[in-house]
Formats: sequence, C-alpha cells, structure tokens
Amino acid sequence: MSTLVTHSVLLTQRSLRGFARQPIFLVVTLIQPMVWLILFGRLFESVTDIPGFESGSSYLEFLTPGVVAMTALFSAAWAGTVYIEDMDRGVMDRLLAAPVSRGAMMNGTLAYQSVTSVIQTLIVLGVAWLIGARFAWVGVPFTILAAVLLTVVFAALSNAVALLVRQQEALIGISQFTALPLTFLSSAVMDPQLAPGWIRATARFNPLDWAVVVAREPLLGSPDWDAVWPRLGALTVLAVVMAAVATRTFGAYQRSR
Amino acid sequence: MPTPDLAVQVHDLHKTYPGGRGHDPVPALAGLGFAVERGTVYGLLGPNGAGKSTTVRILTTLSRADSGVARVAGLDVAVDPAAVRRRIGLVSQRPSSDPMATGRENLVLAGRLQGLTRTDATARAARLLDRFRLTDAADRLVRTWSGGMSRKLDVAIGLVHRPDVLFLDEPTTGLDPEARADMWAEIARLSVDDEMTVLLTTHYLDEADRLASRLAIVDRGRVRVEGSPEELKSELRGDTLQVELPDSDQAARACAVLAGVAGVTGPVADGAVVRARAESGARSIPALMAGLDAAGLSPVSASVSRPSLDDVYLQHVGRAHRSTERDEEVA
Repeated sequence: MSTLVTHSVLLTQRSLRGFARQPIFLVVTLIQPMVWLILFGRLFESVTDIPGFESGSSYLEFLTPGVVAMTALFSAAWAGTVYIEDMDRGVMDRLLAAPVSRGAMMNGTLAYQSVTSVIQTLIVLGVAWLIGARFAWVGVPFTILAAVLLTVVFAALSNAVALLVRQQEALIGISQFTALPLTFLSSAVMDPQLAPGWIRATARFNPLDWAVVVAREPLLGSPDWDAVWPRLGALTVLAVVMAAVATRTFGAYQRSR
Repeated sequence: MPTPDLAVQVHDLHKTYPGGRGHDPVPALAGLGFAVERGTVYGLLGPNGAGKSTTVRILTTLSRADSGVARVAGLDVAVDPAAVRRRIGLVSQRPSSDPMATGRENLVLAGRLQGLTRTDATARAARLLDRFRLTDAADRLVRTWSGGMSRKLDVAIGLVHRPDVLFLDEPTTGLDPEARADMWAEIARLSVDDEMTVLLTTHYLDEADRLASRLAIVDRGRVRVEGSPEELKSELRGDTLQVELPDSDQAARACAVLAGVAGVTGPVADGAVVRARAESGARSIPALMAGLDAAGLSPVSASVSRPSLDDVYLQHVGRAHRSTERDEEVA
C-alpha cells in the first residue's frame, strides 16, 4: 500500500513538473475558461429575460458553474494524450516492465489532472467575480469538489480509451464527439426549465449535469440540498468506478500487444 | 527446471498475434528457444519481423507467450511477472526518458520507482551520469540532448537498480558512427565490470560480432542457428571470394566462368559484384583470373576473405542482410 502511495506521488510530481515547464500550455489552460466565461456570458446575457428562466437573475452567475464543469470536462478528455506520448516513446513499456503499480500509474495522471482542475476552477471563479458575479462562499468548496470528481471521471475514461486505441487521432475524435453533446445535454449554459423535456430527462443521467448542479446550487445561495447530495454521491461513486475500470485496461493493453 | 548458471532460459515459445478484421493471424514465434549464461552478452540477430522484439517483450513481462516456457533469473515470467520486473532492466527500441525532465530527474525518478530511497537514488544517478559522461548535461532538459546522449541515458535508466539481466533492444539504431562506437564500449563494460547478463537484439551484424559472446540468428519465429560468432563462422568451410567487374552484364558472364573453376562453389552475382565460396581462396585465384581473361573479362578487383558473419547470415536466413535493412525502412 505504501508503495502505491509513494509511486502515485512520484508520478504526479513528474506530470506537474512537465506542466510547469510548458508555459504555453499553462497560458492556454488559463485563457480558455476565461474565453468561455466572457464570450458565453456576453452572448447569452439576455436569456435571463426569457419568461421561465428561474435560476437566479444574473446569467453570468448562472453560467459560472457551467463553465467550471465544461472546463473540467474538456481538459480531462485530453488526459489520455500523456499516455499516448509515453507509448510513442518507450516510457510506457519501461514503466510496465518495472515494479511500478498500475494503480499508481493511473493515480498519478488523475491526481495531476485534479490539481490542474482546481487551478482552473479557482481562476474561473476569480474572473467571474472580477466581472461582477457574486457567490455564496459555501459554494466554493462544492464547486472545487464537483470539478475534481468530474475530472477524475473523464480523465479515467480518456486514459482507458488511450490504452485501448493507442492513437492520438482516435482519442481526439472521441473527446470531441462526447464533450460538446454532454455540455448541451445539461444545464451548463441554459436553464433546464426552458429546454425540451427529453433534454431535461437526459440531463438526469449526465455526470456533467450532476457536477453543474452540485456547484451551482450552493454558489447561488439558498441551495436545494435534496438535489445536491444524491448527485454528489453518484459523481463520487462513478469517479471511483471509472478509476478502477481504467486501471484494469492496462491488462487489456498488454494482452493486445 | 531452472538452472542456476542460466540467466535466461527460453523453451519452445509460440506466439501469434490476432490479425484483426479481414486479416489472417500473424505468427510471431514458432517454437523459439535459447539459453543465456550468467554474466555474458547474448545477441539475437535477425531481420525485422523475425521475432526478436516479441521475445524481448515476453521476457520483460510486457507480453505473454501462447505456449512455451521463459525464465529470467530463474523465475518463470508467466508465473511471477512481479518478481521478474525487480530483476530486469529494459532499454526498448524507442527513447524511454521523459523529454520534459532533466537527465538527473529522469534517473532519480527511475531509481525511486525501483524502490531506492531518495538519498540512494540521488547518489546512484550522480554515479551513472558520471560513468556515461553525461554530468555536464545532467541538469538540462532531455529534450535538448543529442540522440547519442539520450540513448546513453536510456541505458543508464535501465541500470539504475543494478538489474541481474539487462535487455537492450536495438541499442544503436539511428546513432551516428561515433555515438555507436561509444555505446559499444559501454555495453562491453556491462558484462565485464558489472558482471551483468545482457540480452542484445540487433540487426547490425558487426554489432553482434563485436559484442556478443554467443548469438542466435532468428528468422520467422525460430532460431536458425546458435553459437559463438567464431563457431558460426568456422562452420562455413573455406573462404569468401569477391570479384568486382565494371558492370552487371560482365558480372553475369563472370558468374558462369566462376562456376567452372575447380574448388569454387555457389557463385552469385549482385550488381557488378560476384561472390562465391572457395575451399582455398588463394589456390583458386590464379585459375579464376585465367578463366576471366580467356572470356575477355577484366575484373576491377578480386579479393579473398575469411567467412564473415554476413556469410553465416546469408547461409541461414537465405537472403543478404542489406536487403532486409531495406525491408526495415518500409516496415
């Protein structure tokens, strides 16, 4: 067990060090959520005037948790590219032929993705606050937690896909194909009361929507805890299950070669 | 049964890769077997697709054989892969360092993942950097290193935990001649100074000849012939004759002439060059030259040499080694 922890920490450090050394990557990671926030925020500003838009009075405040979740999802969907780079070099083979636990190899990337997700979340909240949004403080830890859990779910999925398809192009295709539909099949950018019934129904099973609700309810004040807790629970269970399943795909990766 | 003197034992390995939609399964290994004594350098030589890399993947626990037994350091790779991983080092064909880390960071991380403490890993990294003369570049990102330096780092990473058996999968492919000579010197030191067993795969005959104390020529998933380079060469009786002519037309005619000279066998024209074997090259040369003269052919050069590993390879794999390297470019 202690080996698992030590190896997880070592591999997380390796990724964070590489991340810090790529300033462009760092800047893009920071700018992208700001673009979402400002573009969407201004473009759809007036939707709060549509009769039936019930969730709060400021679209910026409504949108912020949506952008947090989108950012987490979009970043996490790319997580597998690290594995693919390691496979293209001999790094993956070297680690798999060494006494490194597969669980630690998975934990390392998930922890790294989680750290970047926390940074992005804080920046989105900060930028939103600067351009006028005001939140209940109790919502901040819930927002961070939601972002991290969503990140783990999709980073694990991305890693598993990377281990199975082993091609950057296929990974990009899959993440493009899932990220946007999941965003629009949720309450990320639009009050579900104004969406068609089938979208409302689909959103109930959409982990992105779970994260948005877990973050938005406490952020906007007077939260409906009955909506928050079951979604937070489901997100936690899904994160653990996805990480475990993704770790097992190392076996499939080795068998197929 | 495990034999204590043997670092690697491979017996009757079979492996077939699934072909995928609409393709036949691809047989990679068809009853491959060999044994490597402790503290020696053993070479697996053969064309691309012969099964060398598949064998290394199985021995390093990255892949599983369909049947057969493989033991490394006395441990069955199929039964106890975790224990095998603690005893081996792998230098794969592709660079296996992290380009976004420095050389020193790469070594320290590899050492710690192998179970060394931070202090031990740091000391070991410094020693290896020194040994491979990488200390000056040690704290620069590997991204900025030359191919030869980065390859030496790969070997150093493979050695960080002092493995019993080191697997070197085509260690000098893509290196310039100077870096290759440097790498050869390092590999030669491994078995001598470190008493390590090295399993080397290569498609360079001179590399195998120079480094391996024993080698197996592998083709189509089987060992075609096995022995020390000297044994393999002495199995080929006689000398190699090589006659160069001005063009390929003359070479074809010279081929017919050589076939008629007593004591000369198997002449083959390859472009403007004719190669043949002779029981005694020195005694055949006068008759050969007279025959060429009588046929109105004027050779550019003629030479006699002791058999090389090239000849052994040609004999067993049935095609010249240069053409397999061209296949490699395509594959």
